[in-house]
Amino acid sequence: MDIPYTIEARPDTGLYNAKVGIWIFLASEVMLFGALFSSYILLRVGAPEGYWPRGWLNVPLGTLNTLVLITSSITTVMAWASCKLNQFGRFKVYHACTLLLALVFLCIKSYEYHDKFMHYEIVLKDGRIADGHIVENDPKADHVVIAGRYVQDRLDLYDLEERKAPRHHEEISIPRSQIEKMERYGPWHNTYLALYFTLTGLHALHVIGGAIVIGFLWGPGSKLWETDPERFTNRVEISGLFWHFVDLVWIFLFPVLYLI
Amino acid sequence: MSMEAAAPAIPHIEAHEAHHAEAGFWSTYVFSTDHKVIGIQYGVTALCFLLFGFCLMMVMRWQIANPGQAVPVVGPLLAAIFGDVAAKGIVSPDLYNSFGAMHGTIMVFMAIVPLAFAAFGNYVVPLMIGAPDMAFPRVNMASYQAYVVGGLIMFTSFFIPGGPAQAGWTSYSPLATSIATDGQTFWIIGMVFLITSSLLGAVNFIATIIQLRAPGMTWMRLPFFVWAQFVTAFLLLLAFPPLEAAAIMQFMDKVLHTSFFLPTGLAIGGNLAHVSGGGSPLLWQHLFWFLAHPEVYVLILPAMGIVAEIIANNTRKPLYGYKSLVYSVLTIGFLSFIVWAHHMYLTGMGIRIATFFQTTTMIISIPSVIVLTCMFISLWGGSIRFNTPMLFVMAFLPMFGIGGLTGLPLGLSYSDIHLHDTYYVIAHFHYIVAPGTIFALFAGIYYWFPKITGRMMSEYWGRVHFWLSLIFMNLIFQPMFAQGMAGMLRRMADGGANYSQARVPGAIGGLSASVMHLHTFILWAAVGLGLAQIPFIINLFWSIKNGKPAGSDNPWEATTLEWQTPTPPPHGNFLKPIEVHRGPYEYSVPGHAKDFTPQNEPD
Amino acid sequence: MTTEAQAEFAQHVRRYLYVFYALLFGTLATVGASYIPFGNHAINIAVALVIACGKASLVGGFFMHLISERKLIYGLLAFTACFFLGLMFLTVSAFADLPRMTVTH
Repeated sequence: MDIPYTIEARPDTGLYNAKVGIWIFLASEVMLFGALFSSYILLRVGAPEGYWPRGWLNVPLGTLNTLVLITSSITTVMAWASCKLNQFGRFKVYHACTLLLALVFLCIKSYEYHDKFMHYEIVLKDGRIADGHIVENDPKADHVVIAGRYVQDRLDLYDLEERKAPRHHEEISIPRSQIEKMERYGPWHNTYLALYFTLTGLHALHVIGGAIVIGFLWGPGSKLWETDPERFTNRVEISGLFWHFVDLVWIFLFPVLYLI
Repeated sequence: MSMEAAAPAIPHIEAHEAHHAEAGFWSTYVFSTDHKVIGIQYGVTALCFLLFGFCLMMVMRWQIANPGQAVPVVGPLLAAIFGDVAAKGIVSPDLYNSFGAMHGTIMVFMAIVPLAFAAFGNYVVPLMIGAPDMAFPRVNMASYQAYVVGGLIMFTSFFIPGGPAQAGWTSYSPLATSIATDGQTFWIIGMVFLITSSLLGAVNFIATIIQLRAPGMTWMRLPFFVWAQFVTAFLLLLAFPPLEAAAIMQFMDKVLHTSFFLPTGLAIGGNLAHVSGGGSPLLWQHLFWFLAHPEVYVLILPAMGIVAEIIANNTRKPLYGYKSLVYSVLTIGFLSFIVWAHHMYLTGMGIRIATFFQTTTMIISIPSVIVLTCMFISLWGGSIRFNTPMLFVMAFLPMFGIGGLTGLPLGLSYSDIHLHDTYYVIAHFHYIVAPGTIFALFAGIYYWFPKITGRMMSEYWGRVHFWLSLIFMNLIFQPMFAQGMAGMLRRMADGGANYSQARVPGAIGGLSASVMHLHTFILWAAVGLGLAQIPFIINLFWSIKNGKPAGSDNPWEATTLEWQTPTPPPHGNFLKPIEVHRGPYEYSVPGHAKDFTPQNEPD
Repeated sequence: MTTEAQAEFAQHVRRYLYVFYALLFGTLATVGASYIPFGNHAINIAVALVIACGKASLVGGFFMHLISERKLIYGLLAFTACFFLGLMFLTVSAFADLPRMTVTH
């Protein structure tokens, strides 16, 4: 006996197996990201007044990434629609766009991560804090050069919008002998960054996973179109549902991390 | 599992079989996508972990009863593997803690859940609903492989420098990330694989039960075991991901030095920790218990399902209150998501929120009692056959009763203040899982053995196994209630010697000599329990080839569909399409010649 | 697919494009609204989340075909939403509800 309802819908539920399966799986993903969002709310509400970062992320880049993902969502649904309308060539074009847009998203994300990793907070022995992007960090040199500014009060580093942080950064040279502590803006730096890297990192892993599946269907998996177009179309639909979910998560991530 | 074409077969099936006759050893027994093979793989692996977890406990019990004395027999082995922490074969507190953490983790995540949910579920559920296999066979195989990888990672953690995880199966931060061992990291990564395995399995079960029921198998004709597995799958699906998120965050805390769960001002060993702070240890506890409470229902629901099937079969009458059972199990599933903070009464929660969780905890006991009551009443007026599965199942009922009732003072926040983290808790949950769930699982093994192998396990040795296990399990766990009420705390490597009246004469609440002596009593009972499993293990393997032949495909004369297949069921399960005409427990129907009518027998 | 079905499908396709434009607009609106000084920062948060929910509904409803999905899927998602909200609200209120009085003697 073969497994029934792999392509045709079961009469009483009106669904084929893989569709039930992917929605069940997406329900678990809602709980996964939901737990992370809950953690975000908790840690933010619990943070002392003024110590929660604002304005640390590049809004134009984030907006661009959002538009990239939304566009990839429409190309995904159009790819499936093309399959339904028997236009295999169009399917190939649309999903090629989806994959390209996924790549663009990941590149922008990598740039943003890199930018954070190049950003240092240097606490000096006299109590001042220097904060900025690394220009020169030769281990053999006795100076570290950053493009940034000095602050007296740590709070000035957090809410960049409220505190009207200067846009222009000058180069500051700091002797290594005066450095008490030097830490880059990684996930260890504070809980906001920890959440940022974890949330966007997990999201990026989902983007990569989704892109791999769509890439497989676009490439070697597309042979199935010739022998069983309906089954192939269903696979495109299922992978598309996963991709839309990834877009959905970003729709919430973007304002939560970048804007509010 | 015979891959040669079964006896009389429709040509389509023959061609199907011929196609699969090419399959070699590896794709038949190792990389199989057949739910029956996967079920057996899960079962064997889980039983191995069960035995391993038992051995860890034996070493711990020795240390508790004889603190500071070298462990007999295995002492030199411990010293050889673990070095300093087991110097001269003596269990150090560090080793004790790691064995304790791993005993809990292994028993819950690598023994009971894979056995109760994945092993029995995989083998029996598709057969019971009349399906040819699970909805996603390759995903099924992947879920078993993820389980093996997770289990191997956990097992390997014993042999790395620093040893395995030491912060309890609950892995509370900041302790979990402060202990200088990579074992904690191995634990987290192992958990991620185990969680992935369960998630994939849950997706498969839910989709299969929804989509692949045979024609005529309506929801209210499903055997109760299938309902139990269905709810269990939902619990795993929706409760595990928050723990996965928390595990990722704890991993980041340990490896990347984030402070998700580390508060500002954290000091370790007297020194300020070099972390950013701003995190919350309670956040870990909330996320952990959000899973871990539904997890305990994952441990018990499949067992209830097995018990129900065996009761109906061996009383030769329908289960009492089928509808009540179904609605109760659905209610338990729903409520289990909103009771979790009863594990956190002592974390400084306010009265209002503690009352909320206490209320939901009390409410959830109602459907549990309904389920147990229906099973008790099902015995009334039955023609009871006292075979080995039935003995285990009948013992399950009062044992689970004890375990469940002793949960009530723990669920009430006021009494929990006295009992939290004492041996009372250990006794409570072990009563539910050990003479509760494990008895049901033993019953299931004896019951479904003839379907898998075509032979019966020895009745005589089954009874020996049963009586000895029942007696020794009670001797082990009953005294722990007394110890707990006397104030003996959990997870004490010296068995409470530091708080005993012998060490601190006249101390208020000091543990009395009689309470301390119980440790030795419990140790001997544990030895007895271990010895009692030997006949079972021998019986299990010996009966595969030498057991009494079952004589028919349906030796227990059962009504459910898994007994209406050839033995063992071939690839695809049913020789011809199945149609269901009646409910699952048509036993002793008046006017019928036989005292049972299978679900698929035509009208 | 028959030509009738294809024509009907073309309608659907047009709908996807409208949704796309709405999503683009929604994105720009979210960014813009984040710069409007409402006084109370909580209002900015609320506005951002409302727009995000709107965009999510569009993606879910139209791209994921939820608007014409089966009861089974709705039921599954309703339960998930329930438990997600439970996790969030109960955890946050557990943190918010702390004992008021400490022992003073």
